[in-house]
Amino acid sequence: MTSFYNPLFGGLLIGLAAAIYLITTGKVLGISGMLAQSLFKANKTLPLIFLLGLIIGGSAYGVFTQQTVPFPDIRSPWLMIVSGLLVGYGTRLGNGCTSGHGVCGLARLSPRSMVATAIFISTAIITVALTH
Amino acid sequence: MIFFITLLCGLLFGFGLALSEMTNPAVVIGFLDIFGNWNPSLIIVMAAAVAVSMIGYLISKKQIKPLLTDLWSLPTAKIIDSKLILGSALFGIGWGLSGYCPGPGLTALINNPAEGLYFVIALIAGSALYQFQPTK
Repeated sequence: MTSFYNPLFGGLLIGLAAAIYLITTGKVLGISGMLAQSLFKANKTLPLIFLLGLIIGGSAYGVFTQQTVPFPDIRSPWLMIVSGLLVGYGTRLGNGCTSGHGVCGLARLSPRSMVATAIFISTAIITVALTH
Repeated sequence: MIFFITLLCGLLFGFGLALSEMTNPAVVIGFLDIFGNWNPSLIIVMAAAVAVSMIGYLISKKQIKPLLTDLWSLPTAKIIDSKLILGSALFGIGWGLSGYCPGPGLTALINNPAEGLYFVIALIAGSALYQFQPTK
């Protein structure tokens, strides 16, 4: 049952972070936007603090949590570079990623986020089907 | 106070990713691989996250202003334009290639630095490319 409870509680925590952030700061929580603010905004302190928390929390891999799937073997740097460029540019052009559109946007019933989420999940599924 | 809350949100979000194994690109690719050995856990993560986020949204609609700031700064765009469609399509291709979206990609700096470092440098470069392109 851990294969059900871990995604459930993990998702609840992600949603809780988005809810607290919205209620306290009045902003939608999106990681691509947070990264852009930490790079290009005049006041970088808060977005950098958020990203620091994200990386610390996310490195709890295997420390507090039991993992069911092993990490993949290290893959080609070129694959990472092409992927990173597409994710970095695409999320800016499309104004959001899995968190901003997929979690917060869907929760606000935003038509733009519904379209964006349907598209990025579709192109990701096609990409995996073609490359695996 | 806002420093503490922002850090707390980051920690909660990151720990949620780790607990649900979304920091592991093998799990994400397992979800996207609907024609192969499908792993549905990302659906559970998304559904739970959207449900709690929606409660937050409903609470926020009853607030006059946010607890720690004076103004709401929520997305106002309504039009489904070619930028939204093209940007989301490109993001999905990049996501499918590695299994990293921005959050899990950043955590890969610690969890899987040998590949995470390349991803994050390119992620920043891609964002900068958009930021500094002559016409948006």
